[in-house]
Amino acid sequence: MNARFVLTKLVRALVTLWLVVTFAFLILHASGDPIEILLGDQAEQDVIDRYRELYGLDRPLHEQYLRYFFGVARGDLGFSLSDQRPVTELLAEAIPATLVLGLTALGVSMLVGIPLGIVAALNRNKPIDRFVMTFAVLGFSIPNFFLGILLILFFSLWLRWLPTSGMGTWEHLIMPALTLGTAAAGSLARFTRSSMLDVLNKLYMRTALAKGVPRARRIRWHALPNAAIPLVTVLGFRLGDLIAGSIVTETVFAWPGVGRALVSAVSARDLAVVQGVLLITACTMVTANLLVDLAYGWIDPRIRAARASPPGG
Amino acid sequence: MPNELQQASASGAPPLPGTARVFFRKYPPLVLAAGSFVVLVLLISALADLLAPYHYTTQDLANRLRPPAFLGGLAQYPLGTDELGRDILSRLLYATRFSVIVAILGTSIGAVVGTLLGFVAAHFRGWVDETLMMLVDAQASLPFMLLALAVLAFFGNNLTLFILVLGINGWENYARLSRGMVLSASRQGYAVAVHALGASPARIYGRHILPNILSVLIVQFTLNFPQTILLETSMSFLGLGIQPPLTSLGQMLGAGRKHLLLAWWIAVLPGLVIFLTTLSISIFGDWLRDRLDPTLRNR
Repeated sequence: MNARFVLTKLVRALVTLWLVVTFAFLILHASGDPIEILLGDQAEQDVIDRYRELYGLDRPLHEQYLRYFFGVARGDLGFSLSDQRPVTELLAEAIPATLVLGLTALGVSMLVGIPLGIVAALNRNKPIDRFVMTFAVLGFSIPNFFLGILLILFFSLWLRWLPTSGMGTWEHLIMPALTLGTAAAGSLARFTRSSMLDVLNKLYMRTALAKGVPRARRIRWHALPNAAIPLVTVLGFRLGDLIAGSIVTETVFAWPGVGRALVSAVSARDLAVVQGVLLITACTMVTANLLVDLAYGWIDPRIRAARASPPGG
Repeated sequence: MPNELQQASASGAPPLPGTARVFFRKYPPLVLAAGSFVVLVLLISALADLLAPYHYTTQDLANRLRPPAFLGGLAQYPLGTDELGRDILSRLLYATRFSVIVAILGTSIGAVVGTLLGFVAAHFRGWVDETLMMLVDAQASLPFMLLALAVLAFFGNNLTLFILVLGINGWENYARLSRGMVLSASRQGYAVAVHALGASPARIYGRHILPNILSVLIVQFTLNFPQTILLETSMSFLGLGIQPPLTSLGQMLGAGRKHLLLAWWIAVLPGLVIFLTTLSISIFGDWLRDRLDPTLRNR
C-alpha cells in the first residue's frame, strides 16, 4: 500500500468533513433565530440582546463561522438547550451505547447472514435455497419497529424472559441486537448468495474443477476469498450506517444511544444536538469508507497492483 | 431433452394441464397473492370513508381498550378500540389511506423531480451534469432518515414539508436512470430522426424518449414506493411525521406502543398492514423488474 494513496484518501475524508461542518453551520443559520426558539416570541428585546451576546450571535457571520469551526475542531459542539449541558458531554455518554448495540447487531448479522448466503448459493434453486431466501426477504422486509414490538410482546410480556427496555445487563442487549441484526442478516444473506453465484460461474472455478481440486478446497480457497471482496463494501456501508440505522430500534427499546438522543433533540428542536449528531455520523461514515478503501487494497492483490502503477503508465 | 419434459419427469408428478401451467409459470402464485394484496390496499385507500363504520376520530369513552371481536370483544368494534374508544378497524382503514396517499405523493415528487433532473443533466452535459451527479452521489451515500430528521428539526414539522422530505428520498435513483437512458436514447435512430425533422428538445424528450424509457421508471417507482412507506411509517412512529389528529399506520403503531401490555392489537394490527403492504409491493416490483430486464433473471 503506498503512502500517496492513503494520503489522498485522508485529504478527501477531511474535505468531506469540512463540507459537512460548513453545511451544518449554514443550514442552522438559514433556519431562523435560535434565541427566538429558546425564549419564544414574547421575550423582551433586552433579554434577547443579552442572550445574543452570550452565544456570540451578535457577531458578523464570518466571525461566527470561524468561532463555530474552531470550536468543532477542538471538540466543542455547542450547548444543548433542552438538556442544559454541553453537546460533547451528552454525545460522549450516548456513543458507547450505540456502538455496543450496533457492533453486536453487526456481529450477529454476519454470523447468521454470511453462512446462510453461502449455503443458499451452493444449493442454488434447491428447496434449502428457497427456504433461506424466503427468510432473508422476510427478515429485511419486516420494519424494525414492528419486529421490535413483536419481540417485546413475545419475550417480555408473554414469556417474561427479557426486560422490555433500557440498558444495563446483557439481557437488555438481546432484543435490540436481534431487531437490528435481523434486517442486516437478511440483506447480507442475499448479497453473499449473489456474490458467491457470480464467483461460482467464473472460469477459474471451472479450471479448479478440471484440475481435480476437491469440492471443499474449491469453495474454501477459490470461491470464498473472491466472493468476500464485494462483501467488504456492504459491511463498510453497515458500519457507516451504525448511527442512522439504529434510530428507530433505540427508540423502541429506550436504548440510551445516539439515535434516541437525536429523536428527542428533533422533537425539542435542540439544534446543537442535531448538528452534533450529523457531524459524528459524517465522521463514522467517512471513517467507514476509508476503512473499506484500505481493506480493499489489503484483501485484493489486483487493486494493490493497479494502485502501485500510476494510471495510464 | 426439452426442458419441460425434464422437469415433468424429475418431479414425477403428473404435469398440470397446459394452460394453467403456462399461466402459473408466467404469473407465480406468490406474485399473484402480492398483486392482489396491493390492489386490496389501493381499494381500501380509495374507499376508506365508505368502508369505515365510524369516523377515525369518533370516540366512545365507555368502551376503551376493547379487544377485537374474535378475542371476546364487542361485535360493533370488530378489531377492538383504542385508549379513547376509537374503532380500530375504522382507524386502520383511514390510516392505510393516509399512509398510501402520503407515500404516493412523496414517491411521485421524487420520480418527477429526479427524472427531470436526469433529463437536464443529459441535455446540458458539462458542469451541469457533473454537479447533478455529484449531488446524486452525495444523496446516495447519506443515510436518508438522518437528513429527513435534520430538516424537520431545522424547519419545524408540518405536513407539506414532511411530504416534500419524503419526495427528496429516492430522487437520485430516477436521476441516475433517466440520465443514463436519455444519453443512450439520444444516440438511437428515432431520436436522431425527429431531431433532424426539426423537433424541439422538449418535444423529443417528452413525446419520443420519455415513452421509451417509461417502463424502467415505473419499475423504479414500484421499488421506491415501499421504501417511502417505510420512511413515513418510521418517522410517524417516532412521533416526527404525521401528527394527530391525523393518523397514519406508523402513527397508530407508535401510539399503540404505550398500551402493549393491555391492548397489543392497537400496535400489532397496523404493523401487520405495513409489513404485508411493503412486502407485497416489493415482491411485485421485483417480479416486474425481472420481466422487463432479462439480464437480472435468476439472481
